[in-house]
Order: sequence, then structure tokens, then C-alpha cells
Amino acid sequence: MNKLRASVLMRHEVGLHARPSVKLTKLAKGFESRIDLGLSPDGPWIDAKSIVKVMATKAPKDSTIYFRAEGADAKAALEALVTLVDGDFQDGR
Amino acid sequence: MDDRTHRAAHRIQGRSAAPGIALGPLVRLAPVEHGVRQYRSAAEGRQALLDALAASQEDLSALAHQAGDDEAEAILAFQIALLEDDSLIAPALARIDVGDGANQAWSAAIDPEIASYDAAEDPYFRARASDLRDLRDRVLRHLAGETDQIVPPGVILAADDMPPSTFLATDWQDGGLVLRRGSPSSHVAILARSRGVPMIVGVDVDHLEDGADALLDADAGLLVVDPDANMRASFDQRRAEQSKARQAAASFCGPALTATGELVRVMINVTGLAELEGLDPAHVDGIGLMRTEFLFQGREKLPTEEEQYQIYKRMLEWAAGKPVTIRTLDAGGDKPIEGLTQPGDMNPFLGVRGVRLSLRHLDVFREQLRALARAAVAGNLKVMIPMVTVPEELDRCRTLLEQALEELRREGREAQLPPLGMMVEVPAAALTIEDFNADFFSIGSNDLIQYVTAASRDEPQLADLARPSRAVFSLIGHVVSYGDSSGRETSLCGDLAGDPGQVAALLDQDLRIFSVAPGAVGPVKAAIARYSGSAA
Repeated sequence: MNKLRASVLMRHEVGLHARPSVKLTKLAKGFESRIDLGLSPDGPWIDAKSIVKVMATKAPKDSTIYFRAEGADAKAALEALVTLVDGDFQDGR
Repeated sequence: MDDRTHRAAHRIQGRSAAPGIALGPLVRLAPVEHGVRQYRSAAEGRQALLDALAASQEDLSALAHQAGDDEAEAILAFQIALLEDDSLIAPALARIDVGDGANQAWSAAIDPEIASYDAAEDPYFRARASDLRDLRDRVLRHLAGETDQIVPPGVILAADDMPPSTFLATDWQDGGLVLRRGSPSSHVAILARSRGVPMIVGVDVDHLEDGADALLDADAGLLVVDPDANMRASFDQRRAEQSKARQAAASFCGPALTATGELVRVMINVTGLAELEGLDPAHVDGIGLMRTEFLFQGREKLPTEEEQYQIYKRMLEWAAGKPVTIRTLDAGGDKPIEGLTQPGDMNPFLGVRGVRLSLRHLDVFREQLRALARAAVAGNLKVMIPMVTVPEELDRCRTLLEQALEELRREGREAQLPPLGMMVEVPAAALTIEDFNADFFSIGSNDLIQYVTAASRDEPQLADLARPSRAVFSLIGHVVSYGDSSGRETSLCGDLAGDPGQVAALLDQDLRIFSVAPGAVGPVKAAIARYSGSAA
């Protein structure tokens, strides 16, 4: 099956800290597809559903986040994740 | 059958760390020490771990529910997310399958994560290690069949030691504290005195029975387990007397005058805005020491410039023109801050602490100096640098403060240069005090005493050495006399100043500015009023 890809610039003030990471992994877990996250277009890739792995990237402000997804809802997953990062991790509250 | 009524009262002698008395059931705060359970099969071990994870998740969800503040909620959400993470859980389960015990397997899975956060360069990520430790210990407690200890008010807590953050999170109404470790000058003791919590140290807490009735006489450093009816009656009487005495002391609200009519200034030491509530600035001569490290402790991230500015400004507004001396971050020593101080410092009191730490974390220090320069506009602010050892350290701080001011002015913000002084607590600084370009001096007696006597304030066996000796008083006299001759104010803000029994000796050294815990203002003013000049 084909892997879909997307990337987005993260402008969040503190980078991938606990709060944004929790939101990101929670959102990713809502999708069935396998979703990977990386800080460069060629990886290394980590599981975007794992808070341990996502926090371990220690991605700072102004990093570009790359996603790749594989599965039935891959397209929707990438759209949602890009929207979250692009919207500065606001959750509409 | 309850045989409690037949038991003889049992007295345990410790050392007083904060005065007062309390009566209530003993509650042992168990150290995290987890009994290793044997499981008959891997399947049983797996189930035990899964149950412990589920129970921990329930705890955390309940806590998040009642947290009520954003910061706490974010920390809890992070811990909950970790519990749901297969990349943490799966390796633990795999270890159980190959024969590890459940708790061993869980520690093995999470410890490397803790270690990697501990080693992170970014202070934010370093601070996350404490979240993971917290989570590890919670799950281990569940595995050992322990539940979260909920401490009701009105109990006497007994523990090995207690971090300041735990102390601050506990409801101490009518309660008391008994510790094995720590000393009368440890940080928890300072907090206990400032909040009026009776506390003693140096007690073998292992042999205390959870739930036994106890009477804590922290004035005498005594814990009585199963007190008899006579002791209870005398407790009631003493409590009535103490509340009367407290009221009498509180009525010492005018200026402090010696018996010969000489004016002495008495200021207060505080750690935050909470202590100023219900305190009338008219009764004190200002804030002699604001310890900013408490703003930095137990948080997910360090406070921003803006947050600090707001707090400093409100303190200055409270003081209404009276001086407010704010000490820059004095982390390290017995006041570690996750993500900032160095874990595992071999000898923290002689290590990277106070200004030594600030000058190595300029990003954090600059923010604090900016917040202070901005707040200086709001009142009579003085900025004090802790742990200064050589003149160059203070010079660097002055340059940084001036740079912060310049920067703020360029940004079009209101700011001004507050007087910059130093805490005198390192003997090298006290001995060569004339070399320092300080606008004022404040003697930190707690550290000065332990550095002069080479005796740790946390070693109960050395309490007789780690006390104000002639050597200490002579250094204090030296600093005060240089201050007087050069037109610089000198105050003393350590515990020594708050001990009514030492007031005369300090006045003998010509000290005329005392800064003490809010609860000590009355007794110290009373002691000053009794002073009729040097005995010599």
C-alpha cells in the first residue's frame, strides 16, 4: 500500500513539549492508519502515536514536522495532524 | 480488642525545628520502598502490572479532574498519555514473559527514559524526569498494594525527609511534622516556622506506629506516643496559653525600640504572595528577604519574565513604599530545581548554587533581572545576589542588570536600576567585605554558620557545632562595622535574627536591621524592647 506524506512548519513557542505532544499523539491514536513522524523528509521515523517517542524527538520551535501515513484513513489523519500543528496546537477550547 | 488505652505513654526525644505543639494521630509517610511480590506465573505478573497501570490511570484522571489549574492538568495529562503508550508498556510485559518480576520489569522499562530526560540539555526536558519518576513510583506503589496516602488535616506526619514541594502541598491545619533527617535550618524547617507548623527532627521514624495518638511538643523537641490523660490536659492548657501569647506578640505592632529608645528595624522573610495575605505592612519595616526560588519549584516550566514581574510588582505594592529586598534565584544546596540545578552534585552546599548557578544559566538569570528592573518602577525595590564569593561575581551581576535595563529602555518599556546588594554567607566574602562593590549587605546566617564551622546544618549529630559561635559573631560584627563606616546598610536575614534568645547578642554587634519569619516579628520586637545596651 502507498504511504501518504505531509509536512508542516511548527511555530509553537516551546516546541514539542508535553502539552503539544499529548495533543498530537491523542489525535494520531484516533486513526487506524499507521502514522510516522520525522524531523526530516527521509526520517528517521518514529511512531506518532507514542508519547515516549514523540517527546524524545525534542523538536524545537520552527522545526518542520514530516508525517507519513499508511492505512484506510491515512488521508484524513494527515489532514487532521497538519491542521493541529499549523493551528499551533489549539484545540478549539 | 483495643488495648490502646492501657499503653504507657512513650517519649521520643528529637530536636526542635519549628516551635508549637500539636495533638493528633500519627501518620507515617512511607518512603517509596516496594515489597517484591512473587507471582506464580508470567500471566499473573502480566495481570498485576496491567492492574497497577489501570489503577494509576484512575488516580491520575481523578487528580486531573480536581486539579483546577492548567499547569497541573498538563502534567497529569502527560503522565496519563505515558501510561497508554505501548512503546513503554510492551517492553515491560515482554520482560515479565521471560521471567522478570512485575515491578522489576516496569522499572527496567521506564528507568532508561528517566535517565535520558535527566541527561537532556534543555532544562524543560530535564525537568520531565521528575514526571516520569513520579509515574514510576505510583505504579510501583500499586504493584506493592499500597494506595496513595491521603493526609487529612490535624495529623502528625512522620517521615524520613520531606521535599519542600510536598510540604507546600500539605494541609497543616492543627498538624505537625516529625522527620528523621533535616535539621532546624533545613529548608522545610524554614517553611514550617514561617507557617507556624510545629516540627521536630532527628527522630527514628521507623518504629512509630501508624495511627497511634501522639502529642508533639516541638518547643521541647519531644514526641509523646499514646499520651496519658494528664498530658492531654496539660496540652489543652498550653495551647490556650500559646494562642494568648501569640496574640500578645502580635500586638507588638509599633516600631521596634530598645529599652534605651534606639530604633531597630524589623522586616520579614517571605517566599511568595500567599504569606502577605492578612499581614499588615504597617506592622513591619518592609520585606528584608523574598526568596524567589519557590517561584521556580514544582512547576512544569520556569516562570516567565512577565509572571515574575507581576509577582514582584504586587509585593512592592503591598509594601507601599517600604523597602522590598528580592533575592535572585538561590537554587542548589538544599533547594534543587528540576531542570536547572545539577542532579547528583557531590557536595551541593559547596557546589554550583546561588549566583554560581545563575551565571551559568544566563537565559534564566537575564529574565529574572529584566523582571526585577521592570518591577523597580513600582516601589522601593532592592536586588540581592546570593552566595557571592569574589567581587567579580557581583560586578558581572551589575553589568547584566545594567544591560537588562538598557535592553528594556530600547524596547520602550518602563524600568529602572534598583540598588544591588549581596548576601554575605560565604566566609571569604565576609572577611574581605571592603572589596565588594555592593549597595547593601544582608548576612545569611544559616549558610555562614555552616561554612564557618565546617559543620552541615543537616547533620543532627553536629548540631552543637553548627551554631552561632564567637567566630560567627565576630564575622557578623566585622561586616556590620564596615557597612556602618562606609554608609551601607547591613541586615541579617537568617534564622539567627528570628531567635529572641540571640537578639541581644546581635544588637551587641551593632546590627540594627533584622529580617525574620512573619511569625517571629512579635517575639523579636519584644526581645529588642528588653535590650538596654551592651553588657560590656
